[in-house]
Amino acid sequence: MNIKVNGNDQKIDREYTVRELLDVLNVKMKEYVTVQLNDEILSRDDFDKIIVKDGDTVEFLYYMGGGSR
Amino acid sequence: MNFSNEQLERYSRHIILKEVGAKGQGKILNSKVLIVGTGGLGAPAAMYLAAAGVGTIGLVDYDKVDLSNLQRQIIHRTKDIGKDKVISGKETINEMNPDVNVITYHEWISSKNIIDIINDEDYDFIIDGTDNFPAKFLINDACVLIKKPFSHAGIIRFEGQTMTYVPGKGPCYRCVFQDPPPKDAVPTCRQAGVLGVMGGIIGTIQATEALKYILGVGELLTGYLLTFDALKMEFRKIKISRRKSCQVCGVHPSIKELIDYIGPQCDLKEDYK
Repeated sequence: MNIKVNGNDQKIDREYTVRELLDVLNVKMKEYVTVQLNDEILSRDDFDKIIVKDGDTVEFLYYMGGGSR
Repeated sequence: MNFSNEQLERYSRHIILKEVGAKGQGKILNSKVLIVGTGGLGAPAAMYLAAAGVGTIGLVDYDKVDLSNLQRQIIHRTKDIGKDKVISGKETINEMNPDVNVITYHEWISSKNIIDIINDEDYDFIIDGTDNFPAKFLINDACVLIKKPFSHAGIIRFEGQTMTYVPGKGPCYRCVFQDPPPKDAVPTCRQAGVLGVMGGIIGTIQATEALKYILGVGELLTGYLLTFDALKMEFRKIKISRRKSCQVCGVHPSIKELIDYIGPQCDLKEDYK
């Protein structure tokens, strides 16, 4: 099945929960990444419940701090 | 608004723009922008806003200019090493444009002072040019609570991000990033490095957003997170939505007073700056 990850097409072999997908795709900083699924920002508590399905759009959004020093 | 001949010439490239005109330049000259942090992001933002003629610019920083700042914090010069950043910034702006009144706040922001600083001149727009999460969440929460628009940004290595919050019009920073990460979970520029130009690119976008907000033209980065990858030379404008469960701007907000994220999460001396 095909999903879109941060703007790029991505093939995955089956449906996964959000938590599983973080491992499958080896997402960096997975303890802290924000996940937006089809325009909805997910609560961390829901990562085990929500299934990523064929055609879904996933954005991984990362903290970015620096600026001053 | 009556312009002097010098002002007509200084701002002529603005005034000729139909989206600005004499009326728009008047709005810019009457506007007030607060810049928190006069570093990588705040330096270029402050300089472009000063050049544009923003009438009042507030600079907040407790830090002093360090040699390692000069690779990117272009408002400060070699001769300024050891000087308070707000003073160095004010001197540069004064040299650039005598129309700008610079107000300096030589302090670190906290739950105790941030609202007073914003209300001091009733600033129209706030630019977050800070380098740490306690400050970023504090600015967000303060702006949500007292209904002020602000520009968030962050830079690291070859990457940057920015978004614009406008009260009632889109998600806040906390909608996207619920809480500050634990201390040291996310690297700082000091730890990871940053290409000097990143502040210029992203800080100048923040200044652009401030000017567009003041002028009331175009579309802001409200409801979008703009990310920039300099190595790929790729911008992405990611649509983001409000989170109903957001602790500060959601349906049932739990945050009604400002929070200082210090203590176990943050070393005050090193990182709360």
